[in-house]
Amino acid sequence: MTARYDIDALRARLGDTRGREYWRSLEALAETPEFKEFLHREFPANASEWLDPAGRRTFLKLMGASLALAGVTACTRQPAEALVPYVRQPEELVPGKPLFYATAMPMSGAGMGLLVESHEGRPTKIEGNPDHPASRGATDLFAQASILGLYDPDRSQVVTNLGVVRPFSAFASAVQAVVSTQQETQGAGLRILSETVASPTLAAQIGEFLLRFPRARWVQWEPVGRHNAREGSRLAFGEYVDSQYALEKATVILSLDADFLCTGAAGVRNARAFASRRRAAGERARTNRLYAVECTPANTGTRADHRLSLRPSQVEAFVRAVAVQLGVAGVAAPELPEAAKTWVAPLVKDLQASRGQSLVIAGDGQPPVVHALAHAMNDLLGNVGATVVYTETAEARPMNQVAGVQELVADMTAGAVECLLILGGNPVYTAPADLDFAAALEQVPFRAHLSLYEDETSALCHWHIPETHYLETWSDVRGDEGTAAIVQPLIAPLYGGRSAHEVVSALGERGERPAYELVREYWSKVTGLSMQAPAPAPAAPPSGREIAPTGAAESAPPPQSQAAPSVGAGAAPAPPPIAPAPRPPLSPFDREWRRWLHNGVIPNTAFAPRAVTLQANFAAAPATGGAAGSGLEVVFRPDPTVYDGRFANNAWLQETPKSLTKLTWDNAALVSPATAVRLALASGDLVELRQGSRSIRIPIWLAPGQPADTLTLHLGYGRTRAGRAGTGTGFNVNPLRTAAGLDMLAGVELVKTGETYPLASTQDHWSLEGRNLVRVATLSEYDEDPEFARKLEHQPITDITMYGDFKYEGYAWGMAIDQNVCTGCNACVVACQAENNVPVVGKSQVLNGREMHWLRVDRYYTGDLENPDTYHQPMPCQQCEAAPCEVVCPVSATTHSSEGLNDMVYNRCVGTRYCSNNCPYKVRRFNFLLYQDWNTPTLWLQRNPDVTVRSRGVMEKCTYCVQRINHARVAAKLEDRGIRDGDVLTACQAACPTEAIVFGNINDPDSRVSRLKANPLNYALLAELNSRPRTTYLAIVRNPNAELEAGRAADESEGRR
Amino acid sequence: MAVPQKPVEGQLLEGGVPAGRAAPAVIAPGHTFESVTDKISGIVLTKRTPIGWFIGFAVAFAFLMLLNLTIGHLLMTGIGIWGNNVPVGWAFDIINFVWWIGIGHAGTLISAILLLFRQQWRTSINRFAEAMTLFAVACAAMFPLLHTGRPWLAAYWLLPYPNTMGLWPQFRSPLIWDVFAVTTYFTVSLLFWFTGLVPDLATLRDRAQSRAAKVIFGVLSLGWRGSARHWQNYEVAYLLLAGISTPLVLSVHSVVSFDFAVSVLPGWHATIFPPYFVAGAIYSGFAMVMTLAVPLRKFYGLEDFITMRHIHNMTKVMLVTGMIVAYGYGQEAFFAWYSANPYEGYMMLNRMTGPYAPLYWSLIAINAGMIQLFWFRRVRDNVVLLFILSLFVNVGMWLERFIIIVTSLHRDFLPSSWDIYQPTRWDFAMFTGTIGLFLSLFFLFIRFLPAIAIFEMRTIVPEAKLQPEQRG
Repeated sequence: MTARYDIDALRARLGDTRGREYWRSLEALAETPEFKEFLHREFPANASEWLDPAGRRTFLKLMGASLALAGVTACTRQPAEALVPYVRQPEELVPGKPLFYATAMPMSGAGMGLLVESHEGRPTKIEGNPDHPASRGATDLFAQASILGLYDPDRSQVVTNLGVVRPFSAFASAVQAVVSTQQETQGAGLRILSETVASPTLAAQIGEFLLRFPRARWVQWEPVGRHNAREGSRLAFGEYVDSQYALEKATVILSLDADFLCTGAAGVRNARAFASRRRAAGERARTNRLYAVECTPANTGTRADHRLSLRPSQVEAFVRAVAVQLGVAGVAAPELPEAAKTWVAPLVKDLQASRGQSLVIAGDGQPPVVHALAHAMNDLLGNVGATVVYTETAEARPMNQVAGVQELVADMTAGAVECLLILGGNPVYTAPADLDFAAALEQVPFRAHLSLYEDETSALCHWHIPETHYLETWSDVRGDEGTAAIVQPLIAPLYGGRSAHEVVSALGERGERPAYELVREYWSKVTGLSMQAPAPAPAAPPSGREIAPTGAAESAPPPQSQAAPSVGAGAAPAPPPIAPAPRPPLSPFDREWRRWLHNGVIPNTAFAPRAVTLQANFAAAPATGGAAGSGLEVVFRPDPTVYDGRFANNAWLQETPKSLTKLTWDNAALVSPATAVRLALASGDLVELRQGSRSIRIPIWLAPGQPADTLTLHLGYGRTRAGRAGTGTGFNVNPLRTAAGLDMLAGVELVKTGETYPLASTQDHWSLEGRNLVRVATLSEYDEDPEFARKLEHQPITDITMYGDFKYEGYAWGMAIDQNVCTGCNACVVACQAENNVPVVGKSQVLNGREMHWLRVDRYYTGDLENPDTYHQPMPCQQCEAAPCEVVCPVSATTHSSEGLNDMVYNRCVGTRYCSNNCPYKVRRFNFLLYQDWNTPTLWLQRNPDVTVRSRGVMEKCTYCVQRINHARVAAKLEDRGIRDGDVLTACQAACPTEAIVFGNINDPDSRVSRLKANPLNYALLAELNSRPRTTYLAIVRNPNAELEAGRAADESEGRR
Repeated sequence: MAVPQKPVEGQLLEGGVPAGRAAPAVIAPGHTFESVTDKISGIVLTKRTPIGWFIGFAVAFAFLMLLNLTIGHLLMTGIGIWGNNVPVGWAFDIINFVWWIGIGHAGTLISAILLLFRQQWRTSINRFAEAMTLFAVACAAMFPLLHTGRPWLAAYWLLPYPNTMGLWPQFRSPLIWDVFAVTTYFTVSLLFWFTGLVPDLATLRDRAQSRAAKVIFGVLSLGWRGSARHWQNYEVAYLLLAGISTPLVLSVHSVVSFDFAVSVLPGWHATIFPPYFVAGAIYSGFAMVMTLAVPLRKFYGLEDFITMRHIHNMTKVMLVTGMIVAYGYGQEAFFAWYSANPYEGYMMLNRMTGPYAPLYWSLIAINAGMIQLFWFRRVRDNVVLLFILSLFVNVGMWLERFIIIVTSLHRDFLPSSWDIYQPTRWDFAMFTGTIGLFLSLFFLFIRFLPAIAIFEMRTIVPEAKLQPEQRG
């Protein structure tokens, strides 16, 4: 301090004092403010603050205000919406704890029982219903993806008349008016066109309508229907019956172009039954043997021990030859191609050796006579009643749909149809091309279309009525073997909409009635149970009404929920008893009804076996496909992911790689490599296919295993009014599909256009490159050396770490995947996508190799290009114990949990992608762009609240469904026990029809996964890298017929030369 | 004249070099202290900027703006604008990073190691080689940040700072080593460069005519008066910095090579990487110095200072390091076969015959074949040819990084995940944009700072060998 002091003034001050005035410096003497401050500050800083009485208060005030204001800034902008809390919280609803409701998904004339996970009223995930025979806890990929269909923002949302928005009541009165004019002609001008109906209630409703209008007609049209199977059964037995296969009892199976493991209503059930004789952990002596004859490579063929690739025109001849050898009467032996000749004798021998335990299955795409021959062969082999039983059909009214739709079109063209009501389906797009359904439709004066989407058919109809999704409406449906299930809604209709029940009821004299009432009324009538409750206690309000979901199902009681599905759930101790509240007495019907809803099945509704007698001389008719003629042959198949086009706007299914071609977002004409070489074609070449006056343009895709000179065309693409995901993707093949050639077509001419078309495939590489990734042995090789799989590669030395291995004390999660039974059906892929909020990226991103699936199914071929062995290898994160990804992350965003999970911390991830580069399995997925849809409100509802929704710039990957582990952990802790084996089912595992994926605690030696890992077939992929994956695979054991295998080996060595 | 003078140790210097087959002189005959100072400071202090400078700068600046545009788009949209995918998680981003870092190596080598080895010929090229290093590292340093998915977080999460999350970076990750290596390298290079500039800035300050130049150069020259004490401190500091920089020449690119060598990927997981990368870095760095030196001496008439001696020496360094790199290629191929590892074997086969084979063979043609031309004196004497060849070397080294990164990633262990990588226009925009940044900075540097160390040049003119009393 260099202040200048007034020395005189200081002297004066000193002079004023009495006694001794102590001063330390001139500053002290001058009492400068600086000095005072200095003195003050000699005390501890805080102490001095307290001297000021206002300081503490000011401090608190400021801090309080800043805290409050800080809170304000931290708020995200909230939408201005009214919140309606529960006035009375539903009893079972605990926020954050999902409820499961049983329902069923109707599709193509059969239903699959489901349990649907619901979070606070939002259905988010589909699981199979373990009690439903078509599901047994598993599902197919369509059921998994249907949840996205519910929330599809492109679903139609309003009733329209000629494009003008109208209320439903306007439609109801309009249709009533038209119907009433038909009274005097007994409905001669009325037609109902529906998809195959498997709902007993709807069938009864339409039946009632037809009673009222006897001359009205009901036509069903299913583009991927079981037309051939129906006509085949009529040919063989003179009546319509369904064949129910008991594959678990079959030792030798012959598939005649049947993809029975993956398609059709019984696919899931068949796959599980087939797998039961095939598992790595199963009894080797019981291993079954599958012979597959195929016109196009399908998933079933990939599991076959012997696969014969035949042109469509050759199959019938082959079947006849086998039938002749087996001794089916009245069949002439035709000429056979060379490859098939060597097959017949060993095959017949094998079939005959397993009388009563063999099975012949004809595919839906094969002509009726093949079905009839299959029935005859099963009969001759003593399989009827053992491996195959006949029942009545799951569809309520089997009919010859092709003839029906032909007749309808003829009537429409003739002007005989006054009113056409189309209940679901998209006939303008799917009807056989030669009928020209669209032109005929224009002749109808009143045409209305009930549909989920405003599609090609809606565009040509006067009225369009939005349909409710099956998760929004009450209905019922039969499983393929007859078991009926009530379809109960999980949510009030998102976009309004009506179900077919309601629309049909609007035609009736009583006017529109809610589906809930209709379904209950029907079942009350069928079961004979009274809906009349015993006299209720006077003051008790009717149960359920207050907490009924709003919307269409106004009077519906709360859906009945179930506990989360798990294997061990049956053993769960009952919850502590709570004194029940007084309840109004239930009617006899309601008592049963609640049980049906809770269990998801109506007991004792499965069909009883039916005795049928084989007709004589059914096979006398000439072989239909025999005259192949010149040109190429074409096989039409439902698309493996978008089916007949109904799922065209389902982005999950669009992006699911089709299990054999690995194509996404497109269909293509599949050709065999040899044919491609002959015609100088390459994948992606755009060609024109011509037959007569009809032609389509479609790109080529090379498919190993495809028969020579045969093209496979998948239906369901080239939609023009599907929605933002489906419109304009792929190529419409329906213009080539005629009523006579719904499944196969001969004499097709291929013309090259010279153009190419980019096809987005997720797996460009076919070959294993000689690497021991999929390990296979025949049964005899396995018997010689059960440990062959481990010997194929160097085994790592485990304890060479300097630090010592981490000891996993509690749980150690692991997974074993049985490649013996994986059919590559893709249910797991879609299940994973639904469970884990995995985004869809679109075709351009897939082309760039940026698909986001956490779980992919790798497909590899070995052997002959024209008829290769095909293997599926599901590839989730391997959860390596010594994970290469973890050490290279600069910010520790991927770390190891104490239970052995390779955790991904999204919040910490900065996105260097080093982890992905260093992952030998390449299972990590990166959000290169903002893939997640943050803007579509309905899609927000679908998301699983237990899983983070990832944003741009973040790496993500399979977590072994850690959220499910944590749910199980909470449940176990509440019950003061450990997590039991089977408490945690990962999404992929739960969906898997064949239970190929097993997950559990490998610290528990008795867990299923531990037992599988102890199996000699168990091996770790790329174990030589010492990454110690927790996911391991079970090597494949094939069960070939020695006689045919010898021929195959000879062929192969010849091919090599 | 108030030009600061460096005390001279004449005995150690050898200004005149015998003629004939021996190497040309490091400075053309006839130069004096004044002529050197006039010539070099004149480039900066002239009022008449050559029109060529404006044209060159405009082009470079246009590409710099392209870089800005690309970065803006990148930050708004995400790195999906590039062609990277799974499995090729790294592509142009890391290729460019390694390429630029490698180029930066020549500057440090010239200024530090050659200084310690008392290689006089470094004198006329060290200043702009150091500047080149700085600018190259600046270009390089952008990529590790911008290649991340969330650069706004990566900007500080990769640094070890105390935080409420109680989290440190993961020190086992080579990317963290990179952060330390590159920041250290940049800091030391900057200090080294600036320290070396101080005496020259004082010269410019003293010679500047305009007020602004006087003030700016005055501030930057940190009060340098050229006293013996200043020179004493300067020499110590410069030598110390040279000592610190020397290990960095070897360590930085070794650490960069660990990004690859530490991983499990065939084609990356190789012990040869550190020396092979360092050699490659020096090789490409000298090529870039050559690329810059040839036009510089031509357009600014600096042939007297950057003589054929420099050109020859740089060519020889390129020949040696290029041969080491070629040896590295040989070793990679040899071990792919010798290890009998099927994945390594396939990796090599894929490089030679796979979809990127043309790039691989171009790389071999340049880095193993073309450089053999440097054996010939006639080639070394042909400046235009050397300029073209040095551009090829730059391309070759870029291809080397492409081959290492992309071909190793695009086909690794499981054939199911194999895919192809195709760069997008934004990949090229980003790459050419960094070249624009580099050249813009370089144009500014030669315009506003002495591109050749004036005072160091003065030590090698014949005059410096005379005792003070001998001078006229």
